[in-house]
Amino acid sequence: MGERMLLTGNHAAAHGARLSRVQVISAYPITPQTTIVEELSEMVASGRLQAKFLTVESEHSAMAACVGAAAAGARTYTATSGQGLALMHEMLHWAVGARLPVVLSNVTRAMAPGWSIWSEQTDFLSQRDVGWLMLFAENVQEAQDFVIWLYRVAEQVYLPGMVAMDAFILSHTSEPLIVHDQDRVDAYLPPFRPLYDLDPAEPRAYGGLVNRDHYYEMRFKMYENMERAGPLLAEAGREFGEVLGFPYAPVEPYMIDDADYVLVSAGAMTSNVRFAVRLLRERGIKVGLLRLVAFRPFPFEEVRRYLGGRAKVAVLDRNMSPGHSGIFAQEIRAALSQGAPPTDVYGYVLGIGGRDIRVETVVEAVEDLLARDHPERCLFVGVKGLPIGPVRPDAEVRPLEPLEAEASG
Amino acid sequence: MAPDQMIELRIHGRGGQGAVVASKVLAEAAFLRGRYVQSYPDYGVERRGAPVVAFARIAEPGDEFFVRQDIRRPDHLLVLDPTLLTSAPVLSGLKPGGWVVVNSPKPPASLEVPGDYQVATVDAAGIAVRHGLGSRAQPVVNTAILGAFVRATGVVELDALLEAIDAEVPVKTVENRAAAAEAFEQADLGS
Repeated sequence: MGERMLLTGNHAAAHGARLSRVQVISAYPITPQTTIVEELSEMVASGRLQAKFLTVESEHSAMAACVGAAAAGARTYTATSGQGLALMHEMLHWAVGARLPVVLSNVTRAMAPGWSIWSEQTDFLSQRDVGWLMLFAENVQEAQDFVIWLYRVAEQVYLPGMVAMDAFILSHTSEPLIVHDQDRVDAYLPPFRPLYDLDPAEPRAYGGLVNRDHYYEMRFKMYENMERAGPLLAEAGREFGEVLGFPYAPVEPYMIDDADYVLVSAGAMTSNVRFAVRLLRERGIKVGLLRLVAFRPFPFEEVRRYLGGRAKVAVLDRNMSPGHSGIFAQEIRAALSQGAPPTDVYGYVLGIGGRDIRVETVVEAVEDLLARDHPERCLFVGVKGLPIGPVRPDAEVRPLEPLEAEASG
Repeated sequence: MAPDQMIELRIHGRGGQGAVVASKVLAEAAFLRGRYVQSYPDYGVERRGAPVVAFARIAEPGDEFFVRQDIRRPDHLLVLDPTLLTSAPVLSGLKPGGWVVVNSPKPPASLEVPGDYQVATVDAAGIAVRHGLGSRAQPVVNTAILGAFVRATGVVELDALLEAIDAEVPVKTVENRAAAAEAFEQADLGS
């Protein structure tokens, strides 16, 4: 049943790619992702992984190389982070429009400026509308397993997929995991069969101009097939449990059955949220957790079923969309607006730029939730010098408060 | 499992001394004996000589309910550079009675560490240099100080530490093992 090892999230992701028998890897190094592709390049150099490793001069080129390799019929992988994912953005559209099931691991990192290498989900969530499958890993086991799970589903619907793993909190944390046996992964993940062969004997044209007669239908099929990915993801998650011993699902409820208050989170911070739920339960507060594993396709049905009708829902966002609110909060509200029993959704933003999200940070947010009598769009937790609350309507227009600017200057 | 039922360790060093590898080796040593572990570096952008902090958590088998946050109330500390004792808030949050294991050729009492702590010292720099680990100006002291740390705290056994060095330190493995074993013997645990 595999080998129990102590690995970082990044090395676990590399093993996920190795066990998926990826045939082409193209990547550009960026902190805190670098050790994923370092490990993969060593695997290729030592012969432990039979794959072509293409070094390129940018993330844009990395994804372009992945697109070419996948079009030629290769199972293709890359990894990136933050600014790298942003630079890759144009080619992310290309991969999905060309229906190429590339998989990438993105170590979620705050965007510059201010220059930051620390954890935040905004880079990943900025790719929301591209059309890739999007999953959030919580621990080192999932950093490995979600790569395998994604290939299984991506290659059934010919749509690419990306895994989010938090900078440092997951990428550089060493934890025990089971590194699966190759023959078990082979039993789970069949070889990639491309939609079309790239064959000089039978020439075709790719990526040409599509006039107004066909583009809409191409996008419509993309949308339809993404809808199909929802049930396939759930099914492939169950099978992951049967074949490899770790069952996965698009959402993970925790202590939720009798909960009046439900917290929603995604990614590595969920470990602390779960812990906070246990502490709050000891105090007699009926709180539960719904962890979102899948972000695209969005688990509408599960969200309505688990959150509809609760006294209060608090969405914990390690990201934000200025002018609106935390991104998960928007998505949860939208899902609940379509026929679910009414629930008040409170949006909380926390942990921006890698600010430590501690168990007590989550407990404080829940205490704030209990004290409020009407839902707020976006409440900020842990801004220096301010209590938990919404933005100040009269705040001065400048990039940083005067005292903060002096302290950091 | 509540956070206070696991052993939490914090390692203070400077870039180049091997603090991050030390946290990984210590976690590996406990992992090899079937315990549940986590190690985590508090990264800045890495620079040689800049203060570096790394963390490790160790729990008994089955206690896999781990948190993911910086360790503010450590049970024990490793200090790879004694100048950090006066220039950085190294002792912050250390639980009373916890060990402070310092790379220093001086006896523990002479460091005048304030507070209700146990202090151990070892000349990890001298031991590292004798075993060819790093240079005289930049000795790599991590494996040596780990030898003294396991002697003082008993958090893991010496043989587990040596196995972990085999697993985690691919360069100069024999020398690193010897440095850890020598530091284990030479550690000054005070009175």
